Amino acid sequence: MAAGIGLGWLLRGKKLPFLGKITNFLIWVLLFLLGVEVGGDERIVNGIATLGVEALVVATAGVAGSCLLAWGLWRWARSRKEAAQR
Amino acid sequence: MKGSIIIVGFFILGIIAGRLGWLSIDAAGFDISFTALALLMLCVGIGVGSDLGALRNLRTLDSRLLLLPLVTIFGTLAGCAVLGFFMPWRTIPETLAVGSGFGYYSLSSIFITQYKGPELGTVALLANISREIITLLGAPLLLKLSGPLAPISSGGATSMDTTLPIISNVSGKEFVILSIYHGFTVDFSVPFLVTFFCSL
Repeated sequence: MAAGIGLGWLLRGKKLPFLGKITNFLIWVLLFLLGVEVGGDERIVNGIATLGVEALVVATAGVAGSCLLAWGLWRWARSRKEAAQR
Repeated sequence: MKGSIIIVGFFILGIIAGRLGWLSIDAAGFDISFTALALLMLCVGIGVGSDLGALRNLRTLDSRLLLLPLVTIFGTLAGCAVLGFFMPWRTIPETLAVGSGFGYYSLSSIFITQYKGPELGTVALLANISREIITLLGAPLLLKLSGPLAPISSGGATSMDTTLPIISNVSGKEFVILSIYHGFTVDFSVPFLVTFFCSL
């Protein structure tokens, strides 16, 4: 990845229309392979509903935590702004 | 949204292929996925490197709001750590690794599969897709509950692409630059945080 960032910096400003396509293609291949692995594993196939619920709960916890802090940051930024306007 | 459907489509296609035994990952698959992962990292890196210039507009933003990516990262990790206490079948670093995908489901689930196996990888894929969907559907509610930064924070790494249109609609156009900067920064943290929590 570090090599990629360096390469990207050197190539900056140039249009790289193929890059997004290659990236997408690799993501498809890898997720397809993840699917193959999941499909071949009896335990995961049987537990997919439980895993789905677990995933939803983790996602909700992450969203809740970040939104709570974002609310705090917003109040802080706004209070300073209002103080500055006074 | 179309991109997500295609990605889920490939995942499901893979499940079917694996289920019917057309392909077996043990035969040759491990090296293929590692090579593809290394190539993917190269592409992601090139993309990041060539996009660095796009961040120059940032000076127009309120300096306090530049903290938003950190707020998102810490808030998410805190939420997942708390949840981790209630999930005895997972270790806390595992829930943190899933959480630190920040909606970047493709990359995070691939990493987690590589380090922790396909079961947690599947959880990561579903959890991070859920995060994107929660943001797309819940943005107006999040705005009401916790202000205009909440949809951006909730979007995580996706706040610069897939959830940007809804953020622009819900929070307002003046938040678009912040949202792109936020997505970019959080996105950048994903490979590091995910591998870090997987190694714990």
